[in-house]
Amino acid sequence: MSVIYVLWLRELKKYVRSRVQIVASLGSPLMYLGVLGFGLGPVFQRAGEGKYIQFMAPGVIGMTVLFTAMFSGIAMLWDRQFGFLKETLVAPVPRLLIMIGRTLGGATVAVLQGALIFVVTLIVGFRPESLLAVPLAFLVIALIAVIFSALATAIGSSIKEMQGFQMVMNFLVMPLFFLSGAIYPLEGLPKVLAAFTRVDPLTYGVDGVRGLLTGRTHFGVALDVGVLLGVGILFVIFGAWRFSKLEA
Amino acid sequence: MSQQPIIRVQHVVKSFGKVTAVNDVSFEVRAGEIFAFLGPNGAGKTTTIKMLTTLLRPTSGSLELDGLDPTQQQTEVRRRFGVVFQDPSLDSELTAWENMDIHGVLYHVPRQTRHERSEVLLKMFELWDRRDDLVKTFSGGMKRRLEIARGLLHTPKVLFLDEPTLGLDPQSRNQMWTLVQNLNKGEGVTVFLTTHYMDEADRVAERIAVIDHGRIVAIGSSAELKQQTGTDSLEAAFLKLTGTSIRDESATAADQIRQVSRVWRR
Repeated sequence: MSVIYVLWLRELKKYVRSRVQIVASLGSPLMYLGVLGFGLGPVFQRAGEGKYIQFMAPGVIGMTVLFTAMFSGIAMLWDRQFGFLKETLVAPVPRLLIMIGRTLGGATVAVLQGALIFVVTLIVGFRPESLLAVPLAFLVIALIAVIFSALATAIGSSIKEMQGFQMVMNFLVMPLFFLSGAIYPLEGLPKVLAAFTRVDPLTYGVDGVRGLLTGRTHFGVALDVGVLLGVGILFVIFGAWRFSKLEA
Repeated sequence: MSQQPIIRVQHVVKSFGKVTAVNDVSFEVRAGEIFAFLGPNGAGKTTTIKMLTTLLRPTSGSLELDGLDPTQQQTEVRRRFGVVFQDPSLDSELTAWENMDIHGVLYHVPRQTRHERSEVLLKMFELWDRRDDLVKTFSGGMKRRLEIARGLLHTPKVLFLDEPTLGLDPQSRNQMWTLVQNLNKGEGVTVFLTTHYMDEADRVAERIAVIDHGRIVAIGSSAELKQQTGTDSLEAAFLKLTGTSIRDESATAADQIRQVSRVWRR
């Protein structure tokens, strides 16, 4: 336990100390909220869908959690060659504990970052339907964070070159975000796109958060949470397996 | 000083695809000695260390550290050695003290021992005053010293140092070797180091294995190597044994990144 704790604490300390990074990471969510929010807001309203910020805020929170969680895993690539990772790989502790500590740390940071964006959305006009649902929504956010931290660990353990980072961003993280229904409703999509959105775990995450915070949900919160739990378990196992195969 | 081998390597081969990095290497390291692998970049020094430190599995051959097999008894073997890798493995966003402390937890050193020994080591390595500073503010030499101090926290039997002085100025180098020699005498820790600097091997090591193209060309004390080759300097002996001088220029792309990153992180 102390091993998991100390590695978790390490991720947290690093997060709290990197003020510049915290501020910088607010950039893209702010851009989405500001530009897309105000830009598409009128169209959304004219289509009879209500206030866009109400719809979009959970999506942007989901996006933030996705980006932060994925980034923490990809930082592992650098860590592997020129950093702390090797120190943990030669330590007399099971790899599984190291993986869990890192993943939980990365996930916690992602949740904190999500909370920060949640506050930002409140400032720009987002209003959750009930305050009681907020803690529940954060449980879903935590699930999203664990899923993508574990996925990031798997990817970080599998690719060696830093160039791989760009590929992961372009071919995985961005599609995960754009297919998740974070910025558009899932109703009435073309069949192909609809199929893609359904294999994206973030879709269920955003839908769950949106359902809890605004009452608007496509699949129903129960199904969302069920899928997230399933995928979460699967990805943690996958991440742990990839991490155990890591050769320095 | 005991003559019992603490490391025994027999006919070890390690291939990466078609490339054979280590080709039928056999040697022994005695408990309590300072043993050096001397050879150019790409000779197989780091690969050998990675195999002994459980990070790589040999393609064939057998390894033994303190009577244990690094490929089978990984956890037990890991408790017994400390290692300073060629590339930095500190967390530069944490303080020196935090780096020590995490290491102690990872190696199950009880809290009190951890704190006491961290203090002793940080003082010895002249880092005590800077213990609460982030490692990223440290100089290259300080980082190296911290890595060595950290590697010793769990009182290992063997300390592996892979090119520990690469990128350090002469003064830091001197200081580092003095510390390592003192530790070797004081705590009796066996030191296994790699270097491509002949003067360092000559000065520090009791026995030297000259390695080139994945093979050990000769083993012995500096004096023995000179005698064996009929030369009066280790450099000349090396030349005679390998037919080349140390190829500093044939650095790989990875080496270059390493150098660049060292400069940036200093």
